[in-house]
Amino acid sequence: MPREEMEVAPPLEYLSILDEEGDLDQELEPDLDEEELVQMYRTMLRARRFDKLLLEWQRGGRIGTFAPVSGQEASQIGAMSAARDEDWFVPSFREIAAFLWRGGDPVDMTLYNAGWNEGVAIPEDARDFPISIPVASQLPLATGLAYAIRLRGEDDVAMTFFGDGATSEGDFHEALNFAGTFQLPVVFVCQNNQWAISVPRERQTASETLAQKGLAYGIPGIQVDGNDILAVRVAADEAVKRARAGDGPTLVECVTYRLKVHTTADDPSRYRDEEEVERWKERDPIPRFRRYLEKKGILDEGEADEMTDSVEEELGGVWEEAEERIETLGGPDVMFQHVYADLPPHLERQRKWFGTDEEENDNG
Amino acid sequence: MAEMTMVEALNHALRQEMERDESVVVLGEDVGEVGGVFRVTDGLVDEFGEDRVVDTPVAEAVIVGASLGMAVNGLRPICEMQFSGFSYHAMHQIENHVARFRWRTRGRFPAPMVIRMPYGAGVRALEHHSESREVFFSHIPGLKVVIPSGPRLARSLLVSAIRDPDPVIFMEPKLLYRQFREEVPEDEEAHPLGESRVAREGSDLTVVAWGAMLPRTVEVAEEIAEEEGIEVEVVDLLTVSPLDSKPFTESVRKTGHAAVVHEAQRSWGPGGEIVARIMEDSFWYLEAPIQRITAPDVPVPFFAREEAYLPDKDRIRKGFRAALEA
Ligand SMILES: Cc1ncc(C[n+]2csc(CCOP(=O)(O)OP(=O)(O)O)c2C)c(N)n1
Ligand SMILES: [Mg+2]
Repeated sequence: MPREEMEVAPPLEYLSILDEEGDLDQELEPDLDEEELVQMYRTMLRARRFDKLLLEWQRGGRIGTFAPVSGQEASQIGAMSAARDEDWFVPSFREIAAFLWRGGDPVDMTLYNAGWNEGVAIPEDARDFPISIPVASQLPLATGLAYAIRLRGEDDVAMTFFGDGATSEGDFHEALNFAGTFQLPVVFVCQNNQWAISVPRERQTASETLAQKGLAYGIPGIQVDGNDILAVRVAADEAVKRARAGDGPTLVECVTYRLKVHTTADDPSRYRDEEEVERWKERDPIPRFRRYLEKKGILDEGEADEMTDSVEEELGGVWEEAEERIETLGGPDVMFQHVYADLPPHLERQRKWFGTDEEENDNG
Repeated sequence: MAEMTMVEALNHALRQEMERDESVVVLGEDVGEVGGVFRVTDGLVDEFGEDRVVDTPVAEAVIVGASLGMAVNGLRPICEMQFSGFSYHAMHQIENHVARFRWRTRGRFPAPMVIRMPYGAGVRALEHHSESREVFFSHIPGLKVVIPSGPRLARSLLVSAIRDPDPVIFMEPKLLYRQFREEVPEDEEAHPLGESRVAREGSDLTVVAWGAMLPRTVEVAEEIAEEEGIEVEVVDLLTVSPLDSKPFTESVRKTGHAAVVHEAQRSWGPGGEIVARIMEDSFWYLEAPIQRITAPDVPVPFFAREEAYLPDKDRIRKGFRAALEA
């Protein structure tokens, strides 16, 4: 009848590969081909640029509220790039960078943000879920995708994204527990960006890390420097590999920072210091990765600048294109499409009288 | 007296009640330092401290469940769901415990608590932020469901909700949060729960409305009075449940015509109950079918089409005309 220490879980790891100067621990450096590294960098630039445009459009009244991604590009692209196209992408509401990595069309996202349902239509071949606004509610969905993958004998993976605040919701705990119990191929990517609107990470949970929450569910957890795209990529590669091999889920905590507003309806000056933001700007994932690419001789300064320009140019026409698309969209009765596979009679009646002078009480 | 928006009036009620009664506590996501995403709790944390104005983790189930525990143990919690669309995360707490704790414990543990939530469409909000689900709560025995239609009543209804011995779902039409100002007296004012009011008197048609639909319903009533000499009586429910039906069923005996306006979807919506009450109590006085002027039975569309979804003044007027036929 002893009373002794139990070894209940493997110790938690922290991973960082690239420092702020773009120097690295060579032993940890992943072996990625140059073309992919360049693609990752370019997508980071696109995300940062698109974010800026969305912010301008929002301020100008062209689009509604949205959640900017700036600062979290490495976490999203580092993780997402570890998955294949056939794997599932299950986002929360801030995954602009992951969305672009998946080949998402900025015009679609613009439509979505401008209040058109058509903007979230999922292309036929994409295994991408729509934006999920209710915090943590997408995690159980990813878990179900993973259950189906296993039952159907496939080797795909579901990768789902969420924030530090999301780890407080029941859905987070239920999904992790379910995925752990059935050893499902899910990768849970937590972007700990230090804030859940106005509530700082320390006030969200007494846990020292978020990664350790996986341990309680029998799921390996790892904390990575989320502004170091190589570290995120290595952790995600391992997690994806584990899932594909049938060895169950992983919780990856990316320690990162939300450089901008929570959403455009938010005023962070009410709750956080500009100094803190400035400190994190020094750890900006984009220049850091650029320094690495330059030091490796993958991009020279001129090429890197050129890429910034070409991204600006590429996204320069998005608003005009979105406007053109909006011109082609249907009227109000689009809202009746896709409510059911077949429109029931009462809804058919409502669709008909909608915007007409017909008597409203006609139930058909 | 001061002119206030609904947000300011609600804030005023919270502040006065917290001053009056030390057991009143406020909890929810971002209700502290930032004062709530709509600023309804602005400044309260500075005045009453972090123990009474609690910024919680993002976790609606525990916000509501813990509020019940607090209520049973001597506090008067007012919890906030950041948007009504996230109250579903706490639905099991509301349905299984909050609504029936008094009943389950044979009166031993009542649950005097308020669950506040902004709701409704019309402010270009994100997906899942615009529903009007008063029936979800009104269908649950044991809950009171209150919806103000202007700043002054918002203040006086919230005061009553806080003092009520039973749990109150307090739904705030966010379209009206800053739409207009009203005089709100400094002195205490408490409109009783369970009492509707006649917002406009009339003898030709009885119309029931509440929340964000109330001001536009009254506007249409004024317009057709001026243009056509038709006098519409508008009843503002204020408390959706328990439903105070007498004022509108009696009004129907006078007018012989009735309509209901709501922004919730049509089928199984609140209008069904209102129509049923009229049928039960005043059927023999009706001269025409009752009209329901509502949103269609589809999810609230993204905001580019939300104006088409919400009953607007045109549709309200058409509904009035249909109700007046025969
Ligand atoms: C269930 C639910 N509750 C509340 C909200 C309102 N809300 C939107 S984002 C957010 C904070 C989320 O924080 P976090 O998970 O850290 O993600 P971040 O916004 O930082 O990316 C809250 C409370 C919501 N969308 N869903
Ligand atoms: Mg966060």
